[in-house]
Amino acid sequence: MASVSVPRTAAGILRRPTATTGVWSWFTTVDHKKIGIMYGVAAFAFFLIGGLEALLIRAQLAGPELSVVNADQYNQLFTMHGVTMIFLFVMPMAAAFFNYLIPLQIGARDVAFPRLNAFSFWVFLLGGLFLYSSWFLGGAPNGGWFGYAPNSTTDPSVGMSFYALGLLITGIASAASAVNLAVTVINMRAPGMSLFRVPIFTWMGLVVQFLLVFSLPIITVALFQLLFDRRWDTAFFDPTRGGDPILWQHMFWLFGHPEVYILILPAFGIISEILPVFSRKPLFGYQFVVFSGIAIGFIGFGVWAHHMYAAGLGPVANTAFGISTAIIAVPTGVKIFNWMATMYGGDLRFRSPMLYVVGAIMMFVIGGLSGVMHSVVPSDYQQTDTYFIVAHFHYVIFGGGVFAFFAGLVFWWPKVFGRMLSERLAKIQFWIMLVGFNLTFGPMHVLGMQGMIRRSFTYPEALGLTFWNQMATVGSYLIAVAVLVFIANVVITQRKPKGLDDEDPWDARSLEWTTSSPPPEHNFDEIPTVHALDEFWHRKYVEDERGRVVRVPAGAAPDHDPARGGGSGHAIHLPSPSFWPLVAAIGLPVMGYGVLYSWWVLALGALVTVVGLYGWALEPSVAEEA
Amino acid sequence: MKSKARWTRSWPLALVLAALALSACSDPNLPQNTFAPAGPVARKQADLFWPVFWVAVGVFLVVEGGIVWMAIRFRHRRDRDRFPAQIHGNSRLEVGWTILPAVVIAVIMVPTVSLIWDLARPAGAGALNVTAEGHQWWWGFRYTDEDMRTSYDQPIVTADVLVIPVGRDVSLSLESAGGLIGGGPEQADYAVIHSFWVPRLAGKQDVVPGRTNRLVLRADEPGTYWGQCAEFCGLQHAQMRFRVVALPQAEWERWVANQKRPAVTPTDPEARRGMDLFLNGVSGGGQCIACHAVGGTEAASPAGPNLTHFADPTHECFAGCIWETSDRAALEEWLRNPTQAKLGSKMPDYNLTEDEIDALVAYLYSLT
Repeated sequence: MASVSVPRTAAGILRRPTATTGVWSWFTTVDHKKIGIMYGVAAFAFFLIGGLEALLIRAQLAGPELSVVNADQYNQLFTMHGVTMIFLFVMPMAAAFFNYLIPLQIGARDVAFPRLNAFSFWVFLLGGLFLYSSWFLGGAPNGGWFGYAPNSTTDPSVGMSFYALGLLITGIASAASAVNLAVTVINMRAPGMSLFRVPIFTWMGLVVQFLLVFSLPIITVALFQLLFDRRWDTAFFDPTRGGDPILWQHMFWLFGHPEVYILILPAFGIISEILPVFSRKPLFGYQFVVFSGIAIGFIGFGVWAHHMYAAGLGPVANTAFGISTAIIAVPTGVKIFNWMATMYGGDLRFRSPMLYVVGAIMMFVIGGLSGVMHSVVPSDYQQTDTYFIVAHFHYVIFGGGVFAFFAGLVFWWPKVFGRMLSERLAKIQFWIMLVGFNLTFGPMHVLGMQGMIRRSFTYPEALGLTFWNQMATVGSYLIAVAVLVFIANVVITQRKPKGLDDEDPWDARSLEWTTSSPPPEHNFDEIPTVHALDEFWHRKYVEDERGRVVRVPAGAAPDHDPARGGGSGHAIHLPSPSFWPLVAAIGLPVMGYGVLYSWWVLALGALVTVVGLYGWALEPSVAEEA
Repeated sequence: MKSKARWTRSWPLALVLAALALSACSDPNLPQNTFAPAGPVARKQADLFWPVFWVAVGVFLVVEGGIVWMAIRFRHRRDRDRFPAQIHGNSRLEVGWTILPAVVIAVIMVPTVSLIWDLARPAGAGALNVTAEGHQWWWGFRYTDEDMRTSYDQPIVTADVLVIPVGRDVSLSLESAGGLIGGGPEQADYAVIHSFWVPRLAGKQDVVPGRTNRLVLRADEPGTYWGQCAEFCGLQHAQMRFRVVALPQAEWERWVANQKRPAVTPTDPEARRGMDLFLNGVSGGGQCIACHAVGGTEAASPAGPNLTHFADPTHECFAGCIWETSDRAALEEWLRNPTQAKLGSKMPDYNLTEDEIDALVAYLYSLT
């Protein structure tokens, strides 16, 4: 390759890193597994921060007219709680699972673009830190995660500028990652893995990446308009100068509703993956679960104005969006019925991942039902912008999503770290979290119907909302206890010696369990050939002609062909570590500060990113052998 | 078997208990309770909520009950190490549970769509027309009908409290009316989105700058109905409250007659002094009339709350209805330090002396 000589000249400043262990290796790694772990750690850290914000919110609302925080601080807290949990926790935590598992589940050595993957992570992390730096630079975003203009364009604090820039930066991370993972699933599946042998988690991952690819451009345009209105006094959302405040709402929710499915489909994938393992049955109606996921993705682009029933779009629009919102319940119901049918007649083993999965389904059903109620437009006129909505989406995203994440964490922990989390602590955490969760968000249904508005830092005693608010506050602190139990579980587990008694602790079904735990850097000594959906299970068991299961004798699995010999991992060329994705990423938040403070800083940031991209482009993906 | 029988017998009791608990929800003593409707709009909305809710409860019981039943029935037992039958799917079932929810939803959507159109109908000819104006962070109400003009040829205007006659449709035009106060970025009253909500009378309707949304509502019983802005509108969104006072016909007519009169000129010397400060400026140079109007005087600015009948008994509360008008101490504190009493309030701190505060309070209380 002609370009091989170019990085040699660049090596004067940044020598090509080679280390695969040690602290520095994390900064230069392009290994999807390390990047997945970093996504997970960063997302969990943001989860803790967002959780602390939630605890402050609940402390302030523990009684009428308290002043734990003032109105200004409260508005920043609820905005940052939402932004953090959506953009800095759920999305990157899903990305952690996708990054780590998708290549393993499809039998690939890495993602399609390993350095782009590293770039995505660093951009996300730096974007999150950029957002949080606003606390020290004049105030955090304070206009809600939905940032309705013109309140967001006229607010005198600098916060909403950080919001626009921060989400633009993390949006770049999501877009790059979405393209990367979609290409990976489409192009890099192991021989024999047709689309209908792709594990269901990876399928849901693929749908999510397409949702991201199509929805992120919309919010990107909207955020640029918001930023320009704020910073350079354009008038996209100012009706006195020809703009329109409703334009923001259309664009935000045209992104924002697919975003809801971006948040929940990874959880559906985790549920659909884990439920069959502990039911000892294949996923019921695999193809219907796949297609319902795709259908949810499509219909998810056609329901956005159900966030805007009260905006005055008129009865035609409200009718249309009421009906489309109701229709989305159909594919969602199909998923739930298939999960139930998977459990039916199974041999249900309630080990900790199964507890979380069943909990997630049961909590999601509640959120789904209150969601269907939002298609009933006239009664939604009462519910919209109240705590009823807060209850609804927490049942979906916490009840469905976060419970599923914990299921995934407990289930794949041995795969990732080579150690089993304590079953006992995981179960204790589950029960505390289940009680705490329902105590927090269950009463909010009542509060909303009794007239408690969202985004309200206080309420007068006369409204009679005190009792249920107190319950919710108690519940939220129980959730905090549950999270502490999880942290204790992790700390205790990581101090245990590495190694699993059983390389297949759950009797799992998919390809990631065919390799060692943790997997070697190159994932598979030899790229597996896939013969079936649930490939790994079919290597362990066969069904006889009457559907009964017979265990395959060791060594008789179709892939275990002694003539081909076991690979040892030698002579596998993996992409080499690189500094350039990190360099390119660092330029973006610098540009962000530049937009707010100085053209010179903006130019400096752009320069850093361009240098990073050039260094990256001119460097071969695999370093020359030294 | 025995415990099973007891369970089957006790579930109707459980349903009755649940229904009782739910009926406690409709407590009219909670001033913003959507379950205690006091007018046709809120009642139709609640009447649509309940059947949908019970359908949801039915689905909830079937699905969650099914999951719990399976979790018990099919749980792993130590003495059984066999594989369950490996069933991969069943197309007939799939079609069935695609159609079933679709049918349920179709049934729900029939009354839904019909009520959407019912509520979208404009008010009839006899309706009272009022323009509700959302400001940061209080509500103003302008009565736009010809027969609601005052003796000094202005429309009747109130702040914080909307007074309506019982049993008559009120057609509200909703407008975002900020932008009248200039000054630095912290002082300006921006035209932003609000949402008009009186839970016991009607669901929400947003107030959007640059357009006029409409809402028709009616109160069936005399009384005070609490409302508040439901769309986040900035720093004090939480304290942008208001009330709707519904009066019987005779009282309504008396109220209208009083509102048509210009403000009282006080005879009490303290209140006279307050009026003088109000109209001509306070010692620090601040001008109350820069923002406030008092009908029949030269104070005519529409930027802040209209104070013409500040002490009328229907004007129960002030400053976004966070304090009762009768609460003298709160009123004094509000004048003493408006931006701290209500953080970020657009009413500037004029550094009033205690003496000036006493005089202004006396004047305000004289404005019946």
